[in-house]
Amino acid sequence: MTQRRPSLLARIPLALSTFWRIICNGEFAQGVLRLRQGVAPERAEPAAQPAALLQEAGPAAALQLLGLLQRDGRFIDFIQEDVAAFSDADIGAAARVVHEGCRKVMREHFTLDPVRGEAEGARVTLEQGFDAASVRLTGNVVGDPPFQGTLTHKGWIATQTRLPKLAVGHNVNILAPAEVEL
Amino acid sequence: MSEARYALGVDLGTTNCALSYVDLDAGEAEAGRQQTLPVAQLTGPGAVEERSLLPSFLYLPHPDEMASDDLVLPWGAQPEFVVGELARERGAQTPIRLVSSAKSWLCHAGVDRRAAILPQEAPEEVPRCSPLNASIRYLEHLRDAWNHNHPDAPLGEQELTITIPASFDPAARELTAEAARTAGYQRVTVLEEPQAALYSWIQASEGAWREQVQVGDVILVVDVGGGTTDLSLIAVIESDGKLELHRIAVGDHILLGGDNMDLALAHVVAGKLAAQGTQLDPWQIRALTHGCRSAQELLLMESDRDTVPIVVPSRGSRLIGGSIRTELTRQEVTATLVEGFFPHVEAGARPQSRARTGLTQLGLPYAQDAAISRHLAAFLTRQIGATEDLTGIPTAPPNASFLHPTAVLFNGGVFKSALLAERIMDILNGWLTAEAAAAARRLEGADLDLAVARGAAYYGYVRRGGGVRIRGGTAQAYYVGVESALPAVPGIAPPVQALCVAPFGMEEGSAAELPPQEFGLVVGEPVRFRFFGSSVRRQDEVGTRLDQWAAEELQELGEIELTLPAEGRTPGEIVPVKLRAAVSEAGTLRLEAIPRQGAERWQVEFDVRS
Repeated sequence: MTQRRPSLLARIPLALSTFWRIICNGEFAQGVLRLRQGVAPERAEPAAQPAALLQEAGPAAALQLLGLLQRDGRFIDFIQEDVAAFSDADIGAAARVVHEGCRKVMREHFTLDPVRGEAEGARVTLEQGFDAASVRLTGNVVGDPPFQGTLTHKGWIATQTRLPKLAVGHNVNILAPAEVEL
Repeated sequence: MSEARYALGVDLGTTNCALSYVDLDAGEAEAGRQQTLPVAQLTGPGAVEERSLLPSFLYLPHPDEMASDDLVLPWGAQPEFVVGELARERGAQTPIRLVSSAKSWLCHAGVDRRAAILPQEAPEEVPRCSPLNASIRYLEHLRDAWNHNHPDAPLGEQELTITIPASFDPAARELTAEAARTAGYQRVTVLEEPQAALYSWIQASEGAWREQVQVGDVILVVDVGGGTTDLSLIAVIESDGKLELHRIAVGDHILLGGDNMDLALAHVVAGKLAAQGTQLDPWQIRALTHGCRSAQELLLMESDRDTVPIVVPSRGSRLIGGSIRTELTRQEVTATLVEGFFPHVEAGARPQSRARTGLTQLGLPYAQDAAISRHLAAFLTRQIGATEDLTGIPTAPPNASFLHPTAVLFNGGVFKSALLAERIMDILNGWLTAEAAAAARRLEGADLDLAVARGAAYYGYVRRGGGVRIRGGTAQAYYVGVESALPAVPGIAPPVQALCVAPFGMEEGSAAELPPQEFGLVVGEPVRFRFFGSSVRRQDEVGTRLDQWAAEELQELGEIELTLPAEGRTPGEIVPVKLRAAVSEAGTLRLEAIPRQGAERWQVEFDVRS
């Protein structure tokens, strides 16, 4: 990085503050001395940080999905409403709108498959080296693989994701615009 | 121009467009592996998604309605209008800025199709667009989507087929071809939709179609799209030991389709709600129409359900308190759709027409009778003689009152409800049984949504000699109106004779002979002719004059116009000319005026300002 040389007017306060700092701060005085002797000042090396193991998911895709669920399935309207005051019949009617719309969003934007093809309740064997991310062990988890167990939930995996492309600068924080009829 | 790599089929529909394609380098087996172009389009402001269908809607937003950044498309275009899904959605809420059904307007001879007349109900300040221009914009969107996906094979260099209703008149055909040329489609052929559906069926059968139809079969294609009902008859004959397909007849232009059915059902349910004291606003009616469509499909597909609940969501954010719950019953669907659009009628039934009101009709000429079965009865009766000229088709029994089809192919999303297709089969077979004829069978295995686009792409392959081709040529004979040379009688318009200029069944790339009659045209002055078409007079030759005809035989089409330029002639001079018809390679009709001397040719305009 190159810096412009300070002007004369800027150099006067610099000289005065440096004078006082040399008097008050021994470490600073040593640095100035080294500079005058033509030796590059020692830089404090930043302590080596451990490589980042955690990452923050960007909010854009999450907000976009919320927007889609609201647009087609009125998802936010439904969740934000207090259901306590309504009868099951009223909630059920609204749930149909939400279910149909959200289902459409899921079908259009994701391809979902079960993680395990077996029927739930079937006996399954997990061989050595199975993927712990896609199969969660519960209950009596002891011993070494192969593990024998019962499939309690077949799991879901998104094999494809097709979210809409967004225009640069599009404000994803607006999940649903206010509507004003003229 | 380099060699085409793909054959592209474009279904330019009333409510949806689709583009399908085949690789021309592939063999016949691979040609079956056709693909549909995923069409990138705006699905929300600033959001672009790929869909297999491009809704045929054009929205003209207010300058303050959407930021220009929100209209950007993947290929960098930033038009001031919206095409596709977002246009449909926005337009439903702001109809005064929406152009829809441009295709139906393109075939409306009563309006100037090049004039900016749409949206019809738009207030002054909304920019308007012509039916032709709207079509051009859909085609341009498809072109850009293709080019974006296939940078190595530009659309202008590919073999293109655009589908049109079989009932399109010469003007609408030419306008469609013109829209395609303007949009940069260079090698364009137009193909009738029912034919495209049959091509798609042939292709999907992977050669097995030869076992499913035999020589002597007459296939009825019933194509009910979003906005139009299109009927065609295709005969199977033998020539040089091979099966040949001949399209022998097409029906009238009937503006009646699936959209009418959705709307009819929504109004039944809205009426039921109104009786309970709940009035719906237009926004809610639209939501209801949408709900009715899915409910109706469920009811018509699953025979064990008697009711399907429908919820009209609230418009505000209070979803649970504000939604209206109702239901659609099987009985309502049956009464409205099955009995309303497909009633059991006699083979002798005719569509009912109400007397038009005195005011000039400015909107689209929608079918006055919603009963598709009556339109079908009228079509088959009118076409009773359609197979007379073909060898190999068994002659109709003497008691036959209508043409007997032996097989039926359905097309259009309406027939996803299997019950409706079954109903048509029932009605048709009822008519056949009454005349002691064998029942017609149903040809299965067509993709109801994409068959037209697929068939069109396959046709591009067939045109290169890759498969069986449906022959047929023009489905009408064309006539110009000539005033009879009779002494003038005050108060009585001179009777009009119809002079045949183009016989039935002209093939692509052929020209008719020169008629013996000459017309005297005044140089520099536009001359208009009345123009007629007949879908039944198969024997008329060029030069045939008709003094009178039954109303069913000849239909008056829009007027046609010819202007002789004044160059090299004296304005006011009378030049004797003959009219000659030709069908271009693209499949559109051309009429040109040829003077007695000289090599000049003047094109007759089909699309005349009304």
